[in-house]
Amino acid sequence: MLYRENGQFKASYRADQQIFPILQDRAFMLGLFALALVAVPFFGSEYLFRAIVIPWLILSLAAIGLNLLVGYCGQISLGAGGIMAVGAYAAYNFFIRMPQLNFLVVLILAGACAAIVGMFFGIPSLRIKGLYLAVATLAAQFFLDWLFARAGWFTNYTPSGSVSTPDVTLFGWLVETPAEKYLLVLGVVGILTLAAKNLVRSHVGRAWMATRDMDVAAEVIGIRPIYAKLTAFGVSSFYLGIAGALWGFIYLGAWEPLAFSITLSFSLLFMIIIGGLGSILGSFLGAAFIIILPLMLNQIPSALGMPLSLATISHLESMTFGALIIFFLIVEPHGLARLWSIAKEKLRLWPFPH
Amino acid sequence: MKSTLRHKLLSTVAVLAGVACGATALAADEMFIPVLTYRTGAYAPNGVPFTNGIVDYYKLVNARDGGVNGIKIAFEECETGYTADRGVECYERLKSKKPIVVNPLSTGITFALTDKAPGDKIPVVTVGYGRSESADGSVFKWNFPLLGTYWNAADILVQHVAKLNNGNLKGKKIALVYHDSPYGKEPIPVLEEHAKIMGYELIKLPVTSPGVEQKATWLQIRQQRPDYVFLWGWGVMNSAAVKEATAVGYPRDKMYGVWWAASEPDVLPAEASAIGYHGLALQHSDEKDAKVHMDVLKFVHAKGNGTGPKEEVGTVLYNRGLINGMLVVEAIRTAQAKFGKRVITGEEMRWGLENLNITAARAKEIGFEGLVQPVKTACNDHVGASSARIHTWDGKQWNITSGWYQADSKFLRPMVEEQAKKYAAEKHLEKRDCSKEA
Repeated sequence: MLYRENGQFKASYRADQQIFPILQDRAFMLGLFALALVAVPFFGSEYLFRAIVIPWLILSLAAIGLNLLVGYCGQISLGAGGIMAVGAYAAYNFFIRMPQLNFLVVLILAGACAAIVGMFFGIPSLRIKGLYLAVATLAAQFFLDWLFARAGWFTNYTPSGSVSTPDVTLFGWLVETPAEKYLLVLGVVGILTLAAKNLVRSHVGRAWMATRDMDVAAEVIGIRPIYAKLTAFGVSSFYLGIAGALWGFIYLGAWEPLAFSITLSFSLLFMIIIGGLGSILGSFLGAAFIIILPLMLNQIPSALGMPLSLATISHLESMTFGALIIFFLIVEPHGLARLWSIAKEKLRLWPFPH
Repeated sequence: MKSTLRHKLLSTVAVLAGVACGATALAADEMFIPVLTYRTGAYAPNGVPFTNGIVDYYKLVNARDGGVNGIKIAFEECETGYTADRGVECYERLKSKKPIVVNPLSTGITFALTDKAPGDKIPVVTVGYGRSESADGSVFKWNFPLLGTYWNAADILVQHVAKLNNGNLKGKKIALVYHDSPYGKEPIPVLEEHAKIMGYELIKLPVTSPGVEQKATWLQIRQQRPDYVFLWGWGVMNSAAVKEATAVGYPRDKMYGVWWAASEPDVLPAEASAIGYHGLALQHSDEKDAKVHMDVLKFVHAKGNGTGPKEEVGTVLYNRGLINGMLVVEAIRTAQAKFGKRVITGEEMRWGLENLNITAARAKEIGFEGLVQPVKTACNDHVGASSARIHTWDGKQWNITSGWYQADSKFLRPMVEEQAKKYAAEKHLEKRDCSKEA
């Protein structure tokens, strides 16, 4: 009833091709962003910021990065954690070796380093496809894990191989409280999400999707696979690198190479599969599913006053989480983003469906 | 029907909202201590007895003495699974209850919390683990690696094998089989420095977490035949290492585990093949008949409040948990003696930890005779005691097989200070002047 586009006429291509062509969607998204920007910093608790929203936003950014590669360009990668590590260690080294640099510059440099490394490990994609490529990127993951654990230069020769980051300042603003950190992350993630959304609607994104759908046909219509695949690896790694730097600097504050292990790569892959391959919104939904749901499952028994032991709660958490993954994949194999769009379709007809 | 469903949905949402806010009321006359633990996963066999020891001691103090000077201790466990991000989440979740101290129970989580402690004003107590350079309290104001750091452990192990060889380790080979994490890498700088001076060769063999698969590592040991193997493992990795040593025929009595690789769960799964395996005993071994054990059995277990099984009382890690609980409680007492017998704050607790002084007489009084050596901390010494012994597994129990060793502070102190200085420079921290504060 409320969600209808009747009477919204598009008079120009520009109006027809905007990200949210429906007025209600635009209003909803703007409202949501305004709420996140203005209201949440005042009302959010420290726990909400530090344990839920900040990790969720950062991993959403990483999921977007991986989604550009896997969901839009069809190149399966198991090296996402390793690329995030490149971003984190690059940021760490730029930050302590050139303390005069602005944190935003550090972030961009970290993304650039990750992009170069990602493109290098993307070269095999020109020859191999599918699961074989997944195995090749797995090698990247293991190599990078090994490199950061063994080469002392990257960790500034700390004896335990664990690094801790200095405080972040931005134009004289010391990013210290959880709310400030949240705002910084929100800004970075917001801008990069908008960029990603526009990128996949541009000729670059279309080239990626053509390559994903059928690489021979894409070549026939004039898309160079080397260009499409390597840009996908580059841009994806840039996003992953920035996400890695934020993960290290803003969320963890101190980390060991294990923080970017293969487990993280798998989590990111699960996020985009559950959220929806080839969907920006799906990256956010998938990250929420993987990050927030286990925390809630963990706290429900005690909140309901159930006298369960800690071990039982942990086991229950894993079991319920696994069952929910299977449930959602059976109900909607195309991910949570698809469920969302189905809901919107139904909403257009509500309350009089045919 | 529909309305009940809606009702259910609404109440679920309400519960979830309550969960998200994480607000639970706490009585005004209680002091809250979070218990970060891991009762599931690859490290659970070690995490469980340790946690049971801590929790049982808090229960004992509440039941026997009615709390610390009349103030009860409230505690809540949180499962970290030994991962840093879940540990940080637990810490944030329990922080709303105004904890006065936190025991991270993992070196990785310690690293993450070290940076948060000064801002939150919650001291981080790491009994026998944590980052070694945090012994320097002038930089690490909020960290307390009480009773010993990994650098102390490495130093004492080298002292022991040097003594076995009449002080001469020239040409010997020592292999370090370590958990590939900050925990496992901690001893490397000390062992390397010693290697330079003593002239032994150090072979470093990392084992990927959780360490169930060690075939390649032990194949290397079979090839290189080191004279001694130092085992820096945790959880299932330790028993796997002992089993692999048997498989390649490496003598167990040449193997020395750090104090985290020297408890019952580490050797029991390896059964008879673990006989003769040595470990470092952090002040205590598996003493079972101290007064505190009697009290735990009488006041906690006899009333059906025991956290774990009765048989566990007095095992190595359980004892460590008890000692961890005792150090926290004694620090509270120290702080209360100065600030008044009330609920203390994190800052007052920090003062208590820094001025801890447990004499032999005091240890006897609280039932820890034979379990701990005197502990005395200061502004620049956040460890308090740095002695240890070797104990050996005979198939049934651990037996003390050496005298006391004292970590060589002349050798270690400059290393600690150098690393602490580096940390301070990276973080742009001001060093405290300990001479002024004393």
